Amino acid sequence: MKIAVCVKHVPEGASKIDPATKRIDRSREGALNHFDANAVEEALRLKGDGDTEVVVVSMGPEQAGDSLRKALAMGADRAVLVSDDAAAGSDLVATSKILAQALEREGAELVLFGQQASDADGAVLWAAVAERLRRPVISQAAELSLAGETVHVKRQTEFGYDVIEAPLPAVVSVSDAINEPRYPSLKGIMGAKKKPSETFTLADIGVAAGDAGEAGSKTEVLALGDPPARADSRKIEGDASAAQAIVDFLAEKRLV
Amino acid sequence: MTRASDFPPPFDPREFVVEPTDPVDERIEVGLLIVGAGPAGLACAIRFGQLLEEHPEAAETLGDVPLAILEKGKQPGSHLLSGAVVNPRGLRRLFGDRYRMEDLPSYGPVHGESVYVLTRRGAMRIPPPPTMRNHGNWVFSLSRLGRWLAERAEEGGATILAETSAQKLLVSHGRVVGVRTGDKGRDREGGELGNFEPGADIVAKVTVLAEGTQGHLTGVAIDRFGLRGAEPQVWELGVKEVWNVPHPLDRVVHTMGWPLRTGAKYREFGGSFIYPMGDDMLTIGMVVGLDYRDAELSAHDLLQELKTHPKIRKLLAGGERVAWGAKTIPSGGFHSLPTKLHAPGLLMCGDGVGMVNIPTLKGVHYAIESGSLAAEAAFASLQRGATPAADLGRYDDAVRSSFIWRDLHEVRNMRQVFGHGFFVGGALASAMTMSKGRSELGKLPAEPDAEQPLLRSDRAARYPGPDGSLTFDKLSSVFLSGNKTRDDQPNHIRIERRVPREVADLWVNMCPAQVYEIGTEGGDGTVTVNVAPSNCVQCGAITAKGGRLTPPEGGSGPEYSLT
Amino acid sequence: MSTLVFVEHHEGELQKGSLGVLAKAASLGGDVGAVLVGGGVKALAAETGAYGATKAHVLDDASLDPPLPQARVDAIAQVVRDGGYDTVLFANSVLAADIAAGLAARLDAGLNWDLVDIRTDFVGKRPALQDTVLVDVGWRSTPRLALFRAGSFDATPTGGSAPAVEDVSVDLEEHSRAAKIVGQELEQASGPSIEDAEIVIAGGRGLGAPENFTLAEELAKALGGAVGATRAVVDAGWYPYAAQIGQTGKTVSPKLYIALGISGAIQHKVGMQSSNTIVAINKDPNAPIFEFSDLGVVGDVHEIVPKLTELINARK
Repeated sequence: MKIAVCVKHVPEGASKIDPATKRIDRSREGALNHFDANAVEEALRLKGDGDTEVVVVSMGPEQAGDSLRKALAMGADRAVLVSDDAAAGSDLVATSKILAQALEREGAELVLFGQQASDADGAVLWAAVAERLRRPVISQAAELSLAGETVHVKRQTEFGYDVIEAPLPAVVSVSDAINEPRYPSLKGIMGAKKKPSETFTLADIGVAAGDAGEAGSKTEVLALGDPPARADSRKIEGDASAAQAIVDFLAEKRLV
Repeated sequence: MTRASDFPPPFDPREFVVEPTDPVDERIEVGLLIVGAGPAGLACAIRFGQLLEEHPEAAETLGDVPLAILEKGKQPGSHLLSGAVVNPRGLRRLFGDRYRMEDLPSYGPVHGESVYVLTRRGAMRIPPPPTMRNHGNWVFSLSRLGRWLAERAEEGGATILAETSAQKLLVSHGRVVGVRTGDKGRDREGGELGNFEPGADIVAKVTVLAEGTQGHLTGVAIDRFGLRGAEPQVWELGVKEVWNVPHPLDRVVHTMGWPLRTGAKYREFGGSFIYPMGDDMLTIGMVVGLDYRDAELSAHDLLQELKTHPKIRKLLAGGERVAWGAKTIPSGGFHSLPTKLHAPGLLMCGDGVGMVNIPTLKGVHYAIESGSLAAEAAFASLQRGATPAADLGRYDDAVRSSFIWRDLHEVRNMRQVFGHGFFVGGALASAMTMSKGRSELGKLPAEPDAEQPLLRSDRAARYPGPDGSLTFDKLSSVFLSGNKTRDDQPNHIRIERRVPREVADLWVNMCPAQVYEIGTEGGDGTVTVNVAPSNCVQCGAITAKGGRLTPPEGGSGPEYSLT
Repeated sequence: MSTLVFVEHHEGELQKGSLGVLAKAASLGGDVGAVLVGGGVKALAAETGAYGATKAHVLDDASLDPPLPQARVDAIAQVVRDGGYDTVLFANSVLAADIAAGLAARLDAGLNWDLVDIRTDFVGKRPALQDTVLVDVGWRSTPRLALFRAGSFDATPTGGSAPAVEDVSVDLEEHSRAAKIVGQELEQASGPSIEDAEIVIAGGRGLGAPENFTLAEELAKALGGAVGATRAVVDAGWYPYAAQIGQTGKTVSPKLYIALGISGAIQHKVGMQSSNTIVAINKDPNAPIFEFSDLGVVGDVHEIVPKLTELINARK
């Protein structure tokens, strides 16, 4: 069986937006998106000691190889990086197209995503990718198990939990509550370099340059600005009438 | 008289010397093991890689992993912090004609320099003392340089294991055989969390300790092998910031005097540095000797106060703080070096053993040179055969014949005279410089920083409050350092928790990261000191002033990139 | 210009978030349609008129009631095509996010998410970098898809009359029928988890002692919210790590965040700064939290909070 995990290399520390391109400055140090570590961990748990192959897939600049190597160090078997200048600035439509192509090539029975990207550039990618792959998608998995050709998920929603089943091949995004990602062992870190790792351009996976990057995106960033200062910022002092004042404030905002 | 040293931490270096315990086939075997991916460790790796390239057959005796570097930070550079104006000598010798200085990620050569003596509102320019001439030197961010050197080391075949701390020294039959790495995934009480990963024994034919200031295993090794130097080591604490500024600084600036006090009773030795970083950034830092006596001294707050000086405020006007960090610098110099830099199976380099020239504020090139010499000595020993590397003493010989030794010897008493206060000290230092270290002061004694008797002034009342644009509080500074240390891990800081009020205040004020807090009062003049270890940026000041820092879980601490 | 709004329902009630987005759509002008999918939604469709829908597209099918996204993608794609809608709006929820993204891929249409507002010229407003910047985002083509942050708009009735109801009939894709809900566990009275809670009451050192966390707990119970804590008090053992909010704890963005005795150091701030409404009670007038709260109360939590809890319970 093959499980593919989509991971993202995100800037380390406080992100900055490059005022020239209006996109997140990705030239700085990056690391494996910590939500994706949950997805890698889940794949490794499903693999256990068996011979399931866990492939990590990413789209990004060359440095994204660092994050892929971290996933390999955790125990993934193989890494695939789609790296192409023409892909920079891809929005959801373009990114999902590129990832779907790469995943189609892999033909994994199960595709896993993490909950969101810590650089806030992604949070819904899995559903778009699943649509392109024409597979069932289940998100926010707090528990996941495989039974034969069926994936069994406990999905966390605002109202509680739904228990969902879907036949493989399927796409699942895991919530960060699903597991605690393992630390790569030293042997794992040292072995990561020797594991197979491939880098593809868009052409290699059959994506036209016009379908990628800004050219292939249907949304755009127009401008950056300061957020509005919190309107109504009020301050009151003293204990006597404070409680009533708070209630009045909350009532005004329709919060009580 | 209260001294921090009267309340020693619950720490015994012997706890950190163990035999390997992992089953033999589970131990990780490497040829040369380097602890620390700083300039010393990376230079060692690069030089070793060069030697392996010249003698490929040597690699056969080194096993599958000829060369491994352990780094406790998130990645190389994460824990590196310095000024830094670097003497290119070490880098040039290391790279020969493979790379020129222009190929390295510097902020350019030094174009000019000024030295000022500051008062609260004024600044008197003085000619740079001979020790402070930086012509021919280059401005770097050590963190950035570290990342670049790490790439070169990997190209040369080194395996860098980041987020990995070296907790214990593996010693077998009196010989260092490697290190044991730290556990990961323990909770505050030391219990095992779901993803607990035990540390591992890494065994090596030769181990090089290049841990930097307050090197944990370096201290342990010096104790184990009886290598303590003639004088105890002493330290300075440096706190610095990097700023985006609208107008470039055109020169390297050093200041003395205000906000440090000149009276001998305070023992406030140090000064500030302001270095240009390209067209749109500069770095400003405050360095103060940890032999100070006032329990209210706070290097971080001195830096904030420094920035309010009219001349400096002008430099920073319209700018924005983009980085902050802190680190200690060993300042004992020549007399505090260990009696030997090697032990069976072991070599020690760089700041870890105190190779810093305080009057010139330089140490990076010594670190690089010592790392390179260590690589040569290790290589020669390993080539001699599969028997345990017995003759690492050639490393000591090489260091003693190098510019490291010459330079440190020349300035050997300079730091100590400043214990006599700024003016007397300054005069003596000038005399020493002019005589090129040939004055006959003999060996001036240094006391450990923690043994300084404490006094209390009203210093803290004069620190500026944080205004959020020029001056900043400690917590937001810790945030800016990128520190996201997992909270729920064991406390890595050893201190005596119940101490007199002055000692507690000493620590609270000293720590740039607000790790220590006054807890409950004991009613007898003592208080309990509370520790917030996840704030710790591992500067090492606590080790100098009465406690003991040990490495936390690998990957913890700051994530410096511009420091 | 014509805008379609996906209106979500749960246990026979239309979700306030969707209704808020519907009201916003009405304010943008042009034709506004609502689309509802599930069992018994026809009966709920009339209410959408009160919030601005002139048309309601309903796919009333009990077999589609389980809140799974993909059949809804099929339905909405059809409505968009048949109805000629150029804009589709969603209020964020676990379900809506999956639908919006699936629809974007189905129609090759641009999706901007995490929006807090949209202008009549179709420029969306999106907070970024932990809400420290506001980005203007746009669409290069139609249909435009937009997913709004929960609670961005009030569900204010616009006073419209019942919409024209149209039945939607669609052939579902094979992959849209594949997933099945086989069980459900609805949240018990133990209260929502911190991340999902719409109201969070957080306690810091200013509470004074671990026992005083009952102040936060009582207030949370009165408001139906969850209790959070700062790193300092978790470190001190006053409250469990699971409740820690901040840089190294959880990040929350509830509708209402009440901070009790919390100074507002940046390590905490980054975990809660995108809360819709922030109320802070602290006796230090210079506490940094007052710089980013909507209502700052300089006072004693021990005096104020019990009274506040009492007043709120009285209103119920």
